[in-house]
Amino acid sequence: MRSSTKRSFVRTENSGLIELSHGIRRDMKGNNKEITLGRKVKASRTSYLMIAPFALLFTVFTVIPVVVAIILSFTSFNMVQFPTFVGLENYSRMLLDDEIFLIAIRNTLIFAFLTGPLGYVMSFLFAWCINEFRSVFKALLTLIFYAPALAGNVYYVWTYIFSGDQYGFLNNYLISGGLISEPIQWLTDKNYNLSVVVIVVIWLSMGAGFLAFVAGLQSINKEYYEAAAIDGIRNRWQELRHVTLPQMVPQLLFGAVTSISASFAVGYQSIALTGFPSTDYSTHTLLIHMLDYGTVRYEMGYASTVAVFLFGMMLLSWIVINKMLRRISND
Amino acid sequence: MIKHLRLPVRRKNRISRSWWGNTLLLIFILGIGSFMALPLIYTAVTAFKPMNELFLFPPRFFVQHPTMDNFNQMMSIVNNSWVPFGRYVINSLFVTAVGTTGYVIIASLAAYPLAKHRFPGRSFMSKTIVWAILFRPEVTGVVVYIILAWMGMINTYWSLLLPMMAGSFGVFLMQQFTVSFPDTILEASRIDGADEWGIFWKVLMPSLKPGWVTLIIFTFQGFWNTTGINYIYNEELRMLPAVLSQISAAGIARAGAGAAVALLLMTPPVIIFVVSQSSVIETMTHSGIKE
Repeated sequence: MRSSTKRSFVRTENSGLIELSHGIRRDMKGNNKEITLGRKVKASRTSYLMIAPFALLFTVFTVIPVVVAIILSFTSFNMVQFPTFVGLENYSRMLLDDEIFLIAIRNTLIFAFLTGPLGYVMSFLFAWCINEFRSVFKALLTLIFYAPALAGNVYYVWTYIFSGDQYGFLNNYLISGGLISEPIQWLTDKNYNLSVVVIVVIWLSMGAGFLAFVAGLQSINKEYYEAAAIDGIRNRWQELRHVTLPQMVPQLLFGAVTSISASFAVGYQSIALTGFPSTDYSTHTLLIHMLDYGTVRYEMGYASTVAVFLFGMMLLSWIVINKMLRRISND
Repeated sequence: MIKHLRLPVRRKNRISRSWWGNTLLLIFILGIGSFMALPLIYTAVTAFKPMNELFLFPPRFFVQHPTMDNFNQMMSIVNNSWVPFGRYVINSLFVTAVGTTGYVIIASLAAYPLAKHRFPGRSFMSKTIVWAILFRPEVTGVVVYIILAWMGMINTYWSLLLPMMAGSFGVFLMQQFTVSFPDTILEASRIDGADEWGIFWKVLMPSLKPGWVTLIIFTFQGFWNTTGINYIYNEELRMLPAVLSQISAAGIARAGAGAAVALLLMTPPVIIFVVSQSSVIETMTHSGIKE
């Protein structure tokens, strides 16, 4: 037992072994100790050490850049000269004077409220179905469903299917089937191209969340199901509601985060399919708007403003979904 | 084959479905599955198409006379540069292997205390970790570049490894898997005299295999697809996707070679996926987490 005081204190901290009264605990030696912040920090030395390697990288390469980007959203910055502070000018310009921003918001919300929830529910449903199969078949089905996300940016293949000329598979089949007489410009006609992107984004949505669900379903202790059957659960739906879902809340939360971060940030897919800029900005999203100002026009200040706005929207929906999902585990 | 289609035989008191329920489920899953796999099969098939079949009218899905022409064309384009092709492959494999191993370890290590210990700053750190996932990295690139340049890491592998290992995605994933781990087992190990590091390596990690294997798949994909075009200018240090992307960038004339590139690039992640998934399914059907 080296450094016994510290160790045993950690032990008490983590397990809450003996709590005497508010703020005072007894450690393993039987000494009462008042809990001060300094003592807590000292006692949690191991915890901090374990986090340290990641925390260091995270601070330098994630936190600092994000904080700087938020600061940049209040400046005018062309990536050559030093940024100049402009106050809320970027924000008022974005909300009041930028008509394309309004199109971008509309399309982003379509993806966030349509493909996001749909992809999320589908990911869970398919993971749940796949989990019913035997080992080899299960691995194979997981691979098939995860394949679109696994294959990087292979989604450009859809351009061959939706290609506007007669070489496009869809047009070719529709024409030879006699359904249409001349090819439809799926990717450039603004009546169709948003729907095409929606389909491809849904196709891509069996991603990180789906795989986490498959893994999560495998880690559920089988004894819970046996206990539930004894307790009078009679069908699969009851089992899903009362055993599986509550056990899966941690993975469901993870899936929600990936789903939010993917569906609010649709953009690369529309650029690959419908070009940039798309016809009358018909598939323009906030992410594309941000890329436009950040990498084409070199207005980094304004691009950061759009990024902060996008972040705000994502954060809001995360807070709401987080509350909803935690309710499942409570009842 | 039929044997695999049947449901796993669980203990008697687990509810099981009727045979028609199974069949229906199978048809449903296979129907959707073919929709999911189709574009990928198309890529694989296109990679072996000879020139005249690529631009056939009416277009045909499957290849009639498979050929290696596209792969040869891909190699001949790449081999024009003075660095041998194998060098790019080794670059990418090296960065991917080091990055994946490093990240999975530091992320799991950070996730354990965040999920199971109580210490000042825990809830703040947990919140920051989720929030960071929601901030798009596109506008932070400039600052990351400045930091890397200031540290003298541009044109080194550090510039690819460190920023990617700073992502909080994997920590959040591992945190979510660690949370479900029964506290009673941790308690029992502490009473048996194990310290926190021992618990992490010997108790926690073996049980969380489904979690970290999933993380390996994500991280491998992330590193393998890294182009590093912003940070690596030295020809012999360049990543494979950066070199190959110039082929598909040439457009429709290189459609066949482009498909060959896509097929080549997606092979290693698929192999990693198959190997790791089957190992998880193996271990989890035998043990599972039990209290």
